[in-house]
Amino acid sequence: MDEILEILQKDANADISEISAQINIPEEDVRKKISEYKKKGIIIKYKAVINQELINNVSQDVTALIEVKVTPQKNKGFDSIAKRVYNFPEVVSCFLLSGGYDLFVIVKGRDHNTISNFVSEKLAPMENIIGTETHFILKKYKDDGDVLVTQQKEESRPIISA
Amino acid sequence: MKKSKHEFSRIINSMPSSGIREFFDLVLSMDDVVSLGVGEPDFSTPWHICESAISKLEKGFTSYTSNKGMLELRCNISQKIFEDSGVKYDPEEEILITVGVSEGMDIVFRAILNPGDKVAVIKPSYVSYSPCVIMAGGEAIELECREENNFKLDPEDLEKACKQGIKALLFNYPCNPTGVSYTKDELGEIVRIVKEYDILVLSDEIYDSLTYDFEHTPLISFPDMKERVIYLNGFSKGYAMTGWRIGYIAAPKEIVGLANKIHQYTILCAPIMGQFAAIEALKNGQPEVQEMKKEYKRRRNYVVNKLNEMELTTFMPQGAFYTYSQIKKTNMDSNVFAKKLLMKKNVAVVPGTAFSEKGKDYIRISYASSFDNIKEAMSRMKVFLEEL
Repeated sequence: MDEILEILQKDANADISEISAQINIPEEDVRKKISEYKKKGIIIKYKAVINQELINNVSQDVTALIEVKVTPQKNKGFDSIAKRVYNFPEVVSCFLLSGGYDLFVIVKGRDHNTISNFVSEKLAPMENIIGTETHFILKKYKDDGDVLVTQQKEESRPIISA
Repeated sequence: MKKSKHEFSRIINSMPSSGIREFFDLVLSMDDVVSLGVGEPDFSTPWHICESAISKLEKGFTSYTSNKGMLELRCNISQKIFEDSGVKYDPEEEILITVGVSEGMDIVFRAILNPGDKVAVIKPSYVSYSPCVIMAGGEAIELECREENNFKLDPEDLEKACKQGIKALLFNYPCNPTGVSYTKDELGEIVRIVKEYDILVLSDEIYDSLTYDFEHTPLISFPDMKERVIYLNGFSKGYAMTGWRIGYIAAPKEIVGLANKIHQYTILCAPIMGQFAAIEALKNGQPEVQEMKKEYKRRRNYVVNKLNEMELTTFMPQGAFYTYSQIKKTNMDSNVFAKKLLMKKNVAVVPGTAFSEKGKDYIRISYASSFDNIKEAMSRMKVFLEEL
């Protein structure tokens, strides 16, 4: 992968001059490349990673992982049913899987009820969906590469050494 | 303190104590320091390496190992050296696992030197080089690697030292503190002199995997050098394993035998946990080494760009994780510079005088620190210079 993308994937905040200094490419070229990536849809958007557990006085969203069994449709396979599922704003991720289930859907809601209602009233009754199994997340340890539990790491490295 | 009636070691007494101890103590006494003064990776050891050591601990592997280190590790090291250099070392008799390169260097000098033997030591260099020679009863002949030579060893200086009858050269590349490394051609000239005067070389190549602009060429890979070189390497820098304390010596059988005598009487063996970790590092650690190297390279480019923008002349180092930057324009001695920067901006760097008596015009900046830290330190340094 291009180094510009590697840097931005780690730190969306990295500015053009910083990136330019790190990879020894003129700022103008970095700017051009980034705008190209945006045009092509390679860079979709920039967002912050938020550790919700540390936000006080805000009721936390509930997340559920739902395995979905589907009867594929003639000529359309899984794509059209997947689209009907992922268009719901509650659905934050949707994958087609190998193995016992077909779709793997990650759903976010205000509370357990919201998600239960979504599954029982919207997802499960859809034609072509023949079964669902819902797992509520109890605790997030690590998400998308970022460790979310507070780690008490005592700094052992001396702050100066030869 | 009252002076003791005993006369303690004359050799140790005669050695100057490290000139920067006071500065280091000052840094350690301060809070909220952004430090670019650290000589070790900021990364933690890759998890699979830790995990492998933990599982061995759980199974009860907590004993001594053979003096020379576990045979499996020596075999893996032999294989690694062969892949890097094309040179074969017998894991039974030509490889010794040590407690870091530090121990390796100490016992090799004690194994090869007789009182008064001369050893050429490159300067600027890691703080323990000359003391190791002196503690082994030798005499250190310091060869300054000058800025006009891009901090590389001038072959003429080496030749002069050879004419003074040195027994060995203590060489290091990529180099702490300058970040200098040598291409194959540049090494060729040094190899020629080493062979002509038939001297030994202790080659500390601990930063070999952190070479950014060309392939690292081990000194042993040159024809007929195996018999002349004591190859020192380890796991601390490339694999981010400083605390595990595992290094090794690869050298002719006779030297390894003598060094092992000292090693078995004083150390017994390197810690078993570190040896298990090292085995895992060699088997599966390459992807992480490459990842870390990539990250260091970006930081290097950034730091060198920023320092040159500040007109602290900094040449592009080819390896390790240091820049050796010239501070002449500030008209300050590096000790004063480092102290002022620390007191005014809470940024720690190491004065060049730590590495050479001639280091008063230079500071060592370590980019083994998070990118956020580096950015913060660079912007504080910029303000510091503007306020002078």
